[in-house]
Amino acid sequence: MASTTTVEPGRAGAATRGRTRTAPRGATAAKVRSYIGIVLIVLFCLAPFYWMIVTSFRDVGYTFDNTPWPTHVTLDNYRTVFDTSLGNHFARALVNSAIIGVCTTILAVLFGVFAAYALARLDFRGKFVVLGVVLGASMFPGVALLTPLFQLFTNIGWFGTYQALIIPDISFALPLTIYVLTAFFAEMPWELEQAALVDGASPGQAFRKVILPLTAPGLFTTAILAFIAAWNEFLLASQLSSDKTQPVTVAIAGFTGSQPHQEPYTAIMAAGTVVTVPLVILVLILQRRIVAGLTAGGVKG
Amino acid sequence: MTVTSEAGTRDAEPGEPPKRRRRGRPELESAQNRLGFYLIVPAIIMLLIVIGYPVVRAVVMSFQKDPGLDPSTGLFVSGGFAGFSNYVHWIFQRCGDVKCPPGTLGSQFWPSMSATIFFTVASVTIEVVLGMWMALVMSRAFRGRGLLRASVLVPWAIPTAVTAKLWFFIFAFEGIANSLLHTEILWTGSKWPARIAVVVADVWKTTPFIALLILAGLQIIPGDVYEAAKVDGATAWQRFTRITLPLVRPALLVAILFRTLDVLRIFDLPYILTGGANGTTTLSILVVNQIRQGFNSAAALSTITFLFIFLVAFLFVKFLGANVVQTQQSQQKGAR
Repeated sequence: MASTTTVEPGRAGAATRGRTRTAPRGATAAKVRSYIGIVLIVLFCLAPFYWMIVTSFRDVGYTFDNTPWPTHVTLDNYRTVFDTSLGNHFARALVNSAIIGVCTTILAVLFGVFAAYALARLDFRGKFVVLGVVLGASMFPGVALLTPLFQLFTNIGWFGTYQALIIPDISFALPLTIYVLTAFFAEMPWELEQAALVDGASPGQAFRKVILPLTAPGLFTTAILAFIAAWNEFLLASQLSSDKTQPVTVAIAGFTGSQPHQEPYTAIMAAGTVVTVPLVILVLILQRRIVAGLTAGGVKG
Repeated sequence: MTVTSEAGTRDAEPGEPPKRRRRGRPELESAQNRLGFYLIVPAIIMLLIVIGYPVVRAVVMSFQKDPGLDPSTGLFVSGGFAGFSNYVHWIFQRCGDVKCPPGTLGSQFWPSMSATIFFTVASVTIEVVLGMWMALVMSRAFRGRGLLRASVLVPWAIPTAVTAKLWFFIFAFEGIANSLLHTEILWTGSKWPARIAVVVADVWKTTPFIALLILAGLQIIPGDVYEAAKVDGATAWQRFTRITLPLVRPALLVAILFRTLDVLRIFDLPYILTGGANGTTTLSILVVNQIRQGFNSAAALSTITFLFIFLVAFLFVKFLGANVVQTQQSQQKGAR
């Protein structure tokens, strides 16, 4: 990538000196600085994550051992996480999160796909208004929805049900889906649709038979992003779920240990690892597409 | 070929007879209008149900009295029209005819407003500076791009609730933070350490995301601009301030806007990390604390929060000219 290697080669002093005297030495200095930068970024991003995993395998008696590498390794914490005798129902919470995440994702993609197609491929009146509305919706503070929904769901007996958790999640999953999908649709090869239209297909057929199969990877990435957003949601779930329907984020926040007033750190780190590692693996497999989707849909950090 | 939506129709082979050009034959244009309408409507209806209805309902509720004892008369009131009294209650911290006593939720409006603003200014500033640096490192990385991108996505993928618990552990009294810093700070026990802990956790979680947004902006700057500047003898610092910054400005503004609006509604991190104690109660936390004490008053507060965030977004777009829609579309090209 020519454009990127030349971007801003380094802090002023050294680079200038390197360029005027000996080019190779300047290049080496730039390389060294670049590697130091990479190492720092990787450390910054991964060190806390590493610490969570190391702690999750540490015996609870050595919680504050603070040795940077694994010591007193045990699987006890993972047993504690799935143990229900202390009132934690972590396995159930995992299932709840999966149900909420999958339903939210399906609904968001189902409704988002048509809107995104129209926004990316058609010229119609009010298009930019719709884009603005969608973007505005994705910036919306969750608490502004919470109070009326809390009252409404209490009144109609939905409080603590799955639908009471899925419907509010649409409020951020749908705008996200529309935005990311619009970006993916805008990248599709136009010519194929043109060809289908020339061959006598209706715009609807061109969409179903040509565009939809081509967008499968984009749809999948969008679905993953929506699922992650729903899986990570906490505010609405913490207020609208009951013990039976609470998702993992709420379960982890309220995790109780054997001693009152004593935070079961190692078990919580194990729970965090269980929740996070599948997500991280998924993200690493799809990293290229996710970065593209994220920078296009740039919402919900 | 990479094309955006408008460019798509314009770029299609110029010599070809216009089949379905924009502003081509009127009947085709109205067909597009119709199809566009039908495709958009389901999503808009959905958004009206999940966002529009609650917002309107919240505004209606905010003008209703909460059932309870009227502090001035001591009599039970069952609700009814409240006028602006719920708003007055929060903004002027009035409980009945007197100032809200310390410790009540009513007295916490301005403190939580200032905590929210502090978190926003501190987090966004650090994240943008650090994110800019990360984006520059990533853009000129010769090797290890895959590793960088992978590690940068890790903090983003971790649920905020888990992030909060993780940093709660790191900032525990006997935790690794005190051990590395050789300090004995009760991080969640007093105002500034608690606030710093929240900011640090937030910076860790979202700086990588900012870096990715800025990186996408950097990648659409053509390399020959730098070559030309180099030939003309511009120093690296000059190249940064005269080329990189102005050209990356749209992407930067969008990143700042997104993050600002995001931190203004911050809830998960302080709620779990510090429980909102010691000056870390944000507006969102205050709303949640209020809900079980009276819906209508909570609705007024959430409406204030919403209007405040809306106002910030408006000022941002108006005075800094952050053109979100346009930048998004140009970044889509740069992103891959």
